Order: sequence, then structure tokens, then C-alpha cells
Amino acid sequence: MSVLLRVNALSKRFTPESPLVVDEVSFDVGQNEIFAILGPSGCGKTTTLRMIAGFERADKGSVELNSQVVECAHAHVSPDQRGIGFVFQEYALFPHLDVVGNIGFGLHRLSNADKTRRVAEMVELAGLGGLESRKPHELSGGQQQRVALARALAPMPKIILLDEPFSNLDAVLRQSTRQEIRQMLKKAGISAILVTHDQEEALSFADRIAVMNQGRVEQVGTPEDVYETPRTEFVALFLGRTNLIKAKARGMEAWTDFGAMMIDRPMNGDVTLSIRPEHLTLERVNESNCNGCCGTILNREFKGHDITYTIRLARTECLVHTDNRMPFVAGDRVVVKPVEPAVVLS
Amino acid sequence: MFATSILVAMPVVYLLIRAMDADTAQAIDLVFRWRNLELLWNTLALTAGVLFVSTLVSYPLAWVTARTDLPFRKTVTTLAILPLAIPGYVMAYTLISLGGANGTVVQLFGVEVPRISGYLGALLSVSSYSFPYLYLNLRAGFLGLDPAQEEAARSLGMNTRQIFFKIWVPHLKPAYLSGALIIVLYVLGDFGAVSLMRYETISYALFMQYAGSYDRIYAAWLALMLIALTATLLLAEARLLKGVRLSRVGTGAQRHRSSTLGSWKGVVFTGIGLIVLSSLVVPIGTVLFWMGKSATHAGWTDVATSLLNSVRVSAPAALLACVMAIPLAYVSVRYPSRLASFFERIAWFGFATPPLALGLAFIFFSLSAAPWLYQTLVVLVIAYAVHFLAEALGPIRSALYQAPPRLEEAARSLGYAPFAAFRRATLPLLRNGTIAGSAFVFLSAMKELPITFILAPVGFESLAMNVWGYTNEAMFADAAPFALILLLLSSLFVGFLFTRELKP
Repeated sequence: MSVLLRVNALSKRFTPESPLVVDEVSFDVGQNEIFAILGPSGCGKTTTLRMIAGFERADKGSVELNSQVVECAHAHVSPDQRGIGFVFQEYALFPHLDVVGNIGFGLHRLSNADKTRRVAEMVELAGLGGLESRKPHELSGGQQQRVALARALAPMPKIILLDEPFSNLDAVLRQSTRQEIRQMLKKAGISAILVTHDQEEALSFADRIAVMNQGRVEQVGTPEDVYETPRTEFVALFLGRTNLIKAKARGMEAWTDFGAMMIDRPMNGDVTLSIRPEHLTLERVNESNCNGCCGTILNREFKGHDITYTIRLARTECLVHTDNRMPFVAGDRVVVKPVEPAVVLS
Repeated sequence: MFATSILVAMPVVYLLIRAMDADTAQAIDLVFRWRNLELLWNTLALTAGVLFVSTLVSYPLAWVTARTDLPFRKTVTTLAILPLAIPGYVMAYTLISLGGANGTVVQLFGVEVPRISGYLGALLSVSSYSFPYLYLNLRAGFLGLDPAQEEAARSLGMNTRQIFFKIWVPHLKPAYLSGALIIVLYVLGDFGAVSLMRYETISYALFMQYAGSYDRIYAAWLALMLIALTATLLLAEARLLKGVRLSRVGTGAQRHRSSTLGSWKGVVFTGIGLIVLSSLVVPIGTVLFWMGKSATHAGWTDVATSLLNSVRVSAPAALLACVMAIPLAYVSVRYPSRLASFFERIAWFGFATPPLALGLAFIFFSLSAAPWLYQTLVVLVIAYAVHFLAEALGPIRSALYQAPPRLEEAARSLGYAPFAAFRRATLPLLRNGTIAGSAFVFLSAMKELPITFILAPVGFESLAMNVWGYTNEAMFADAAPFALILLLLSSLFVGFLFTRELKP
């Protein structure tokens, strides 16, 4: 996959005294790839996106689009010259224009006939038929969202930037819109960068994810990658529930509160491991399996399709995610068994 | 934007330059004369009097319309704001034409009453059109007063008198001060009413000096003293307001509670009736009365000519003010900084500069810097625009707050250069604000008197100048048609203000 956009050691602070909001951020986005920047609010993800779009200047580092530098400390291609689409969190639809006016806004270089044809295509693609002459305030949240996307896609940008575009939609609409938009982007063959604080959104929407914290990129990888093998505590915790366990490693094995377990890469000495609750299971205590490291069930949380148990071990507690047929109740003595190797955090 | 601030500041610089024509001894002689002290005393006495009368009228009026169960509160509010539509010189015309040997009273009732003039006349004319500014502010203040505070005070054992002084007065202080500030600016700037009433304030003396003796240096010094006095009072207000923050703290919906007037209703309506009678019925009635007298010999072509003249300068002034206000508002809203707020203050400076002083400053400016502009309507248009810039700035600013910067960024990302993005994404949203702003400036310029007087080319006569001129000659019937048209125009102005002010 060839690289379309390259972000290289991008840094930014707003005032000379303040700390870096974006600290040496680097990643690549390929042709036709959907990329997500995931992180808590204030981690610098939106600022990164705004620097790529050209709304903010970078202090250090560079942004290259098609191998041409569009942003660095001493060069700045203005946003209108970059050919990068942007969908704003609050959509920023033009209130004085109707749906057609909004979608056609960026098509001022086309002839009238081409413009009309292109707008009609976008109305079709975004499923906005029949709403052409509505003003933004006469549309529902989901419709406004689709107009915003159609407006950004209409001039056929090389890449489109999405700043928390689903956050103003309710939960049900959010899921369906997400999938529709993903299909639209894939069909149109347009790359995208999504900024979000919602891990489920990033995991289900993107081909690859950069996890950001305090201005820095902690890990870049496919959704499976960052979820299954987080490299830092922050990434492990931010992408869902996990157990962080102190252990002593030797080779591919480590010793923990609930016995020896496999680890994902060879290590020696004190390590912190991450193991997801669904990668653990429970067994009833008997003479053969209890070698001094069994625990007691503190809490049982029945959630329909599965159960989350909280287990009290010798020095720690851990979470175990099992299917809904597991018979244990609070107070039972159990043994915790890993079903996957644990991940060593750095 | 730099051009705008230069346009506002430059004339005053020329005023200074002209004043500096005097050598030190002469300057000392011009500033430290007994007559100046007399003028200062007269001006301050009028200011204090108008503030006192306005407070006396506005405070109870604001309370009954905002916090009681008085019936017809909306109507009463409208009636209390309407006097804004009666310019000071029309009010003075009304009062002067009441008394005397050929006055309204003697013609209607056959009893001759003395003609009102001097301090009392000036006090009544200025108070009757300026009290609504205080009323509007106090009303807003009362509406924003959280009844829970009053209830909390009651539960802590305070009686009504203590609540008045410990809760209401401090809470209403910012509202009162900003209303009072506008009144002070009007009193200091008023020329029409004081001159017709022959009450010698600094403004009046300034005009006499300019019009009569052509001692331009003394006139310049008087103008500077007037500006200095205005600046002193502005600073005093800023000092009084410093650190005042009396908003609601904490959450919870604010409930509305109103006091029951009960048997006091009669008294309240009598009071309101008196206010309406003196501030609305008498002036409108007088103008209509003299209209009847003038029907026989009115020169309607004169009326049409001066109406046309007024429009001819007011319309371009409104346009110019908006052209200056849009970039000013844009920078101060989008890029708030010390420099931006300085530029914005420049606009207020133009508004606060007493109109006579501003007019004189423009004379000096055009004579020295641009003699080809002297005695042209262009100077008049510029002076109006500078003086009323703040009126255009307000509505344009609030419209800009409704247009998020994201819209322009969206336009940028869709391929528009900065100015095109502004024009296509933001400017359409400023339409209503700009219309409102230019309407304010237009109507204010239509009734403006002192600036017109000083800067109008020879032979140019506006509506306001005719009302003043005929009244000055005691030709009340001739003044009536001009006054009537002005009243109609001004009520449009108040209509605008009213719909903006009382919108939820």
C-alpha cells in the first residue's frame, strides 16, 4: 500500500510557556486506508488533525501529502490549496444555504452542469433524496451529519479528516451511520483520518489506529494489534477492561499470583503483564489444580450473554470474563486459568 | 481598521493642535477663567439633576414592570420606552411653546402661564428623553435578580428596608451605572435642549463661541474641557464597576416570583399616568396642535427638501458606519487581544465624544488636513459615521457571535481563499445584524442636531436644524411639520430598539 499522507515528528504548543499539546507525532496513512487517532480528550488528537488540515501551524515536524510538504515550521500550504476534506464535530453546515447549496459549496471550479451532476451524485450516495431544498435547521442530526460528509466528499479530496463526527448522534444511529460511512468511503476510494475518544468506534471503523496520550503517540497498529498486544499500560487500559499483573518472567514464561503463564515475547526479571478478562477462565478448586494460588469470588456481574467475575487473589484482584453458563457464585473458591499468553508491557 | 481608528482619533488630535495655537499665558487665561467654572457648575448641576429625576422615575417604574403583578405590564413598558423617540430639542420646543403670550396653554385654556426656560426647562427636556435608558437597564437588572436571594435574606431575618439596601441596591449597581453612563453622555453632549432653554452649559457656550465670535482657540479649549470632563466621568464609572460581579452562583432553575400590589395599584397607575402625560402626551399633543395651526401656511416644499437633505447624509453615513464596523467587530470577536479591544474602544470613544466637540474637531481637521473637504457633505457623513459607529457595532457583533469560526474553516477546506471564505460563509449571516446596525445609525443621524449644525455646508438644512431654528425664533407653527416627521422617524428607531431589547 503506497503512502498518501506522512506525518513526521509533528509538534505544537499554543503559548511559549505551555507544555506541548502535540509532541513528536508520526504516522503514515495509505491510499484508500481508514486511519483513526484514538485518545482521551485533551490528548492533542484534534490539534493534530487541524494541523494536517492547515487550520493550525506546526512548530516542528512536517506533514507530507503525496510526497509534497504541505506543513512544516517554514512552509505552509493554505487549507484551501491542500485538497483535504474536513468534517467538523458540530458539522459547521452553512445555515443560510440549503442541502444542495451546502453540498455544492466546494464545487465552485466546476461548470454549472458538472456541478449539478456531482451534487446529484452526492445526494444519492448520502441518501439525502427528497431533502435537497431543506435548510440545515430542518434536518435531523443524522441527516446533518450526512450533508456534512457529502459536502466534504463532493470536491473529491485525496483524504478526508473526520473530527469526532459521530459524537452528536445517539447510540443506535451512531453504529449504523458509522458502517454506512465506512462503506461510502471504501466505495469512493477515499482515505480518511478519524479522531475519536471512543475505543469501540475506533476499533470498528478504522483499518489502523494510533493511540495518543498527552500529546504523544503510544502505539500504532491494526485494531486487533492494539487490542490484543498493547505495548503500554495506557493503551492496554484505554482499549477496554484489562488485568495489569506484576510478574517475574523467565523466557516465555512468567510467575504471577495465580500461577505460571505463557507470555507473548521472551523476557527476564520483573515485568508488568496485561491479560484481558476474556483471556482468563475459572475452574473449581481440587487437589490437582490448587498449588497455593487459588482465589475467592468477590463479585458476580451477570450481563446476559456473559458474566464478569471479580476474583480476590493473594495480593491482587482480577477480572474474568466467562460465558453465561459458568456456575460459580460469590464466595466460591476457584482457580484462575489463562487461555492465551499474557502481553508484556514496556 | 487602522484607517477607522485614525478617522476617529485624528480630528481630536487636530483639536489639540488648534488649542496649542495659544501660548502658555493665553492658555492659562483661557482655562482658568471664572466663566469656565460657572459653565462647569451649570453642566454638573444639570447632570446631577437629570440623574436624580431619571432615577426617581425609572427605579419604581422598573420595579413595577419587572417584579409585580401590575396589569398591562407590556404596555407600560412600551410607554416607558417611547419617550426615546422624542429628541431633546423637540421636547424643549414643546415646553417653550406651552407658555408665554402666544403659547399653547393660553390658546387652549385662555390662561397665560410663564414660559419655561433656564435650568428647569433644560432639566425637564433632557430628563424626559433620557430616563428610558436608565429604565431599560434597571428593568433588565430586576428581571435578572434571583428571587431566591431575596427569600434567603428573608429567612435570615432581614426586613424589606434591609433587603432593599443590602440585596437590591448592590445587585442593581452595574445596571444602574451603565444606564447612568448613557444619561451622563447625553447630558454632556446635549446641545438642542440647553440652547433653546438658554441654559449655559459647556456645550452651549462652545456653540456660542464657535457661531458668534469666531474665537476658535477658546472654542477648542472648551471642547477639550468637555472631552476631559466626559473622560473623567467615564473613568469614575469604570472604577465604580471594578470587581462587581453579581451573577447567580450555583445551579437550579430560577423561579419567578412577583409581589402583589393590591390596593397600591391605583397609586401606581396614577404615577405612570403622570409620567406618560408629561413625556408623551404633552409633546405629541403640542406638535399636533401646532400642526393644525401651520396647515394654512406651511411650506411643504421646505419640509420635503429638508427631509431629502437628512436622508441624503444619513443613508451614506449608515453605510459607512457598517463598512467600518464589520472589520472592527470581526477582529474583536475572532481574535480577541489587547490590540483588538483597543480598536473597539476607539468606536466607543467616537460615541462618547460630545457631538459639538467632535464636530469642531472635524472642522479643524478638514481645514488643516483636507481643505478640499471643508464645507462639503462628505465631512458631515464621516462625522456621523464616526459618532454613531458604536450603534452599528453592537448588532454586528452579536450577529458575529452566531457565526462560528468553523464555518469559515469549512469554506477554507472546500477551496476558498481567506477573504472569499469570509464573504461566502460569514457575511451572509451578518445580514440581519448589519441591517439593524445601519437602521440605528440612519435614524440617529436623521435626528442629530449639533454635528449637523457645525458641519453642514452653508444653505444645507436638515429636519432637526429647522425645528431648532423656528423654535429659536418662537415660530412654533412653522417648526411643527419638521418636528412631526422627526417624531415619526424616531418612533421607528424606538420600534427597532424595542424589538431587539425585549426579544427573549
